[in-house]
Amino acid sequence: MNRIRLIALTCAALGAATPSMAQKGPKIDVQALANQYIVASFLPGEGQDLSRLKQDETIQACNQYRDNPPDKVAAAINEREAKTIKYPDGGKLMGDWKNGEKLYAGGFGMRIGRIEPDPPARQKGGNGGNCYACHAADPKEIAFGTLGPSLMGYGKLRGTGDDIIKYTYDKIYNAQAFTACSQMPRMGYHGILRPEQIADIVAYLISPDSPVNK
Amino acid sequence: MTKLKTLAAGIALLMPALGMSQELKTADEYRAALQDKFANPATLIADRGESLFKEKRGPKNASLEKCDFGKGPGVLKGAFAELPRYFKDTNKVEDLESRIVTCMVTLQGFTEAEIKAKLFGSQQVNEPNTDLEVLALYIALQSDGMKINPPLKHPKEKEARMVGEALFFTRHGLMDFSCATCHASDNKRIRLQELGNFVGNKKDAQKTMSTWPTYRVSHGLARNMQHRMWDCMWQMRLPDVDYASPVTVALISFLTDQARGATLNIPGIRR
Repeated sequence: MNRIRLIALTCAALGAATPSMAQKGPKIDVQALANQYIVASFLPGEGQDLSRLKQDETIQACNQYRDNPPDKVAAAINEREAKTIKYPDGGKLMGDWKNGEKLYAGGFGMRIGRIEPDPPARQKGGNGGNCYACHAADPKEIAFGTLGPSLMGYGKLRGTGDDIIKYTYDKIYNAQAFTACSQMPRMGYHGILRPEQIADIVAYLISPDSPVNK
Repeated sequence: MTKLKTLAAGIALLMPALGMSQELKTADEYRAALQDKFANPATLIADRGESLFKEKRGPKNASLEKCDFGKGPGVLKGAFAELPRYFKDTNKVEDLESRIVTCMVTLQGFTEAEIKAKLFGSQQVNEPNTDLEVLALYIALQSDGMKINPPLKHPKEKEARMVGEALFFTRHGLMDFSCATCHASDNKRIRLQELGNFVGNKKDAQKTMSTWPTYRVSHGLARNMQHRMWDCMWQMRLPDVDYASPVTVALISFLTDQARGATLNIPGIRR
C-alpha cells in the first residue's frame, strides 16, 4: 500500500514537473511553444517595453518546474538571488515607518503600454510596494489580500533584533534568496522599490511605534 | 420584532466564528444586488450591437450578416458557446473577438490597423464602449442559456488549449507573475477581491467563464474576455498584449475548456 502510494506520488511529481510527458506521440516542448506565442503576441513600439518579457535564469527554471524545482535547482536559485541584494548607502536597514506605511498601501507605478500607462507625473515619489494587496498588516485595514501570509504584529512577534531586521530587508529585496520560485515579486532586484524604500517598509513592519505592532 | 432583531444580532455575532467576515458578507450582498439581468446596463449596450451588426459599413459597404462564427454564415445562435474554434479560411483558432476582426477585414474591407486603433472604451474619460466591444457583446448574448462546449478535435484547437495551459503558468514581467500566481488556489483574495481558482476548481472556472461578457460597474462599461486578458497583463506590468493574439486566444481556449459544460448566464455584472 505504502509502496503504491509512493509510486503514485512520484508520478504526480513528475507530471507536475514535465507536463509534456503526459502527451502521446512525439514529445512536444510546450513551454518553448508558449514562449514562441509570447514573442508573437506582445506589441513593440512607443510606450511598450518588450525587455520585460525576458525570463531570467531563475524564472526559466521556475517555469520549467512550475514553481516546484528539485532541491539542487532550488539551492542554486537561492544562492544566485542572494548575490543580487544591495543595501542603502550608509547601511541603515530600518528607515522611516511612516513612509513605509504609505509604500505598503500604495500600488501605483510601472504600468505601461499605449492604452493606459501610468502618468509619469504621478511617478515622482517612486513606485508603491502594493504589499497590502497580498499581506494583512495594519489591523485597521480591512481590504487586505490573502495571497501572502498575514504580517499583523510582525515586529511584536519577532522582536527588533538586527538579524530579524536584515532577514526582513533581504526577504523584501529578493524573496527567492530564501524560497526558490516564491510567488512574491523580487521587489529590490527588479527595481520596483529602491533600497531606502525597502528600509522604510522594514521599519513599518518592525518598529514598535508602527500600527502593525499595536 | 425584538426577537428577530436579537436573532439577527446573534447571527451577525456568529459570522466571524463561522469563518465569514463582515467585509466579505457586505461584498457578497453588493454582488447579489447587481444580479438583476433586466437592470444590467449591458443589455441596453447590446442593442446598439444589433444595429451595428446589420449596418452596411467599411470600404466594401457590407454588413456582418454573412460572417461565419463557426455554425455557418450569419448563424449567431449558439455560436459563442462553441468558441474559440479552428477556422479553415484563416487556418487558425479564433475566439469571438478575433473572428469579428477577421470578418470586418474580409467582409467590410477595414484594415486590421484601423480596427485595432481603438479597442476599448476608456473608463478614465467616461467613454462609451467601442463598436468592437458592442459587437462582441451582442453576438455573445445570442448564446445566453447555452452550455459552453467549444470543439477540441482539430490539432490547432488542441494546441491552443495545451499552450494556453502552459501560458497560464508562465511567469514573466517585473512582478514575476503568471496567471497562476493569483488564480491557482482556493479562497484567495487580492485586496478585497475574491480570486477564482481556474486550474483546480471547475466550479470557479465555470462561474467566471459563464458570466463574460460582463458589465463592469467600476468601469461603467461592458467588457469582453480580450479586455480581461489585456487588463490582467497590464496589471502584471507587461507591455500591451495584442488583441486577438496567439497568447490571448490560447489562454481563452484553456479557460473555456476548464469551464466546459457551464450554462452561459450573460451579460454578467461585476465590480
